[in-house]
Amino acid sequence: MSVAAAFFYLFSGVMIASAFMVIAARNPVHSVLFLILAFVNASGLFILLGAEFLAMILIVVYVGAVAVLFLFVVMMLDVDFAELKQGFLQYLPVGALIGLIVALELVLVVGGFAPSQAALGAPRSPAPADVSNTMAIGLVLYTKHVYFFQAAGLILLTAMIGAIVLTLRHRPDIKRQDISEQNARTRDEAVEIRKVPSRTGV
Amino acid sequence: MTPLSYAIAHSLPEIILAVGALGLLMLGAFRAGKGDWIISEAAIVVLGLALLSMFFQLGDKAIIWDGAFVDDAFARFMKALAIGGALVSLLLSREFMARNGIDQFEFPVLVLLATLGMSMLISAQSLIALYLGLELMSLALYVIAAFHRDNGRASEAGLKYFVLGSLSSGMLLYGASLLYGFAGTVSFTGIAQALQGSPSLGVIFGLVFVLAGLSFKMSIVPFHMWTPDVYEGAPTPVTAFFATAAKVAAVAVTVRIIITAFPGLQHEWRQIVVFVAILSMALGSFAAIGQTNIKRLMAYSSIGHMGFALVGLAAGTEQGVAGVMIYMAIYVLMTLGTFAAILSMRVGDRYVEDIADLAGLSRTNGLMAFVIAMMMFSLAGIPPLAGFFAKWYVFLAAINGNLYGLAVIGMLASVVAAFYYLRIVKIMYFDESARPFERANVEVTAVMAVMGLFVVIFSFFPGPAVVQAAAAAAKSLF
Repeated sequence: MSVAAAFFYLFSGVMIASAFMVIAARNPVHSVLFLILAFVNASGLFILLGAEFLAMILIVVYVGAVAVLFLFVVMMLDVDFAELKQGFLQYLPVGALIGLIVALELVLVVGGFAPSQAALGAPRSPAPADVSNTMAIGLVLYTKHVYFFQAAGLILLTAMIGAIVLTLRHRPDIKRQDISEQNARTRDEAVEIRKVPSRTGV
Repeated sequence: MTPLSYAIAHSLPEIILAVGALGLLMLGAFRAGKGDWIISEAAIVVLGLALLSMFFQLGDKAIIWDGAFVDDAFARFMKALAIGGALVSLLLSREFMARNGIDQFEFPVLVLLATLGMSMLISAQSLIALYLGLELMSLALYVIAAFHRDNGRASEAGLKYFVLGSLSSGMLLYGASLLYGFAGTVSFTGIAQALQGSPSLGVIFGLVFVLAGLSFKMSIVPFHMWTPDVYEGAPTPVTAFFATAAKVAAVAVTVRIIITAFPGLQHEWRQIVVFVAILSMALGSFAAIGQTNIKRLMAYSSIGHMGFALVGLAAGTEQGVAGVMIYMAIYVLMTLGTFAAILSMRVGDRYVEDIADLAGLSRTNGLMAFVIAMMMFSLAGIPPLAGFFAKWYVFLAAINGNLYGLAVIGMLASVVAAFYYLRIVKIMYFDESARPFERANVEVTAVMAVMGLFVVIFSFFPGPAVVQAAAAAAKSLF
């Protein structure tokens, strides 16, 4: 067994185990930490494939931003996850049965995996020899795949609008900062000079 | 013409929708707090421009954006239906949104973005484009389903749609990954080339998962569970949008992927399509009988109608595809007319949705009762109204494709369905009068009248033109 294969099995094994722990862990904070472990192992797999850019993006975006955000949300929201999982065991037999059937079918499918000859000969983005992986992505992302790039951008915009529409509430009774009003304040409005007589106060 | 201007010319409706949505978003954000109708008006204009721009798109099939996007007669026909459905739904929304205090500027912007997603979905020519279009459409739809966020039922509708929709996206993605793994390409035509010869088990697996994901969006049995709850809970103009534009887009992409990517797998996909078509027609006919809420009834009715539309697809011929297109065109007309009528059901300040509220409508508002009766007769498929021709063309295609059993089951299902449509007519004409409705505003009345007119005179106008356009457009897929 080569070193690469050994690392492949190491990363995949740890990833599957930690993915399982994400749903099995009793403490939600542990779940998020296992999720981060799964991401890190996935990025290891990308490095084995020679896709170092994707590996780094996975660490930066998913571990650095998304998972940490999850962690904050889980710690700040006072949700009793143990209680939410109460019905879990009740549905387990049916779920396990369906999972087993799907898994069996998958084994059949993967067992019969044989891509057609036409598929192997189909044109795809060739890996350019003289540029780095990251540069190769940069060369096609904004040119060849500009349609997908723009579409993905619109999807993210829609998600953002949706989150704001569904959660933002304008409360009339709280104080807000008005920068133009602050800047427009003059010394006359802001400072008042009073003559304070002794022993009476303002 | 340079490649870029060629690509822009052939994706003009999408560009108009995208730029329009972004522009209106800015305009709305800077006019914050002024709850007025101008953004919706502008959105209607943008949709109208997108619709108009398609009349300048001529020529044959154009595959652009590196094989991701196709502009052909089929896409133009279906886009015209989807954009038209969005336009009318937005037109219907004004008074409802204002009365419920949800007339925020984000609503028309989200409708534009959803329509853009539908349009991208209809023109998708690769699995990635399909998924991106589907997600853009669905994300915007999840939000507008829950747009009335202080209403428990609307929030429930949005959440249900979101959770089940994510599941269906997952299934679709899984199927797409299998297809890519076995075919080696994401392009529909490439998949068709790679899958010549006897298909492997994995390809069929992928096909089933992709069809399951798309069936969810079409609300085909057994992926229909969300439909009644979402249709009932969502604000009524949003339901009209779901029942027309969203369904058109989902049906269009299903037809396109089946016809262009799996011509060699006809035996396999036909089994699936026939099976779900029969189930949908049966459930749509029987489950609607016991409904008391008219929006729920329309949800079951739409499930049934999707089953009928799939009968044409099951034939798998050019005639069948034309039948599906004619069916969807007529279905959109009937559904918009019916939802305009539902939006006219207002007692005092409150919108009512029970079928019992329609009792004795013929005596309080004869015109509205007549239009609803025509819609119901048409939905039931009674000649010479439009709904009859819709069923006629799909069943004709099924019979020419030797699917006699399917056609017979479809006809039986439409007989059963006629019961609950006719029951509404009976309640309106023969029951004791309930409280009269308030006068509907001019847009709602106009939509109701125009759709009613189309449904009645369909065989003279616009019927022949629609049939001709559909037949020409169906050719572009083969």
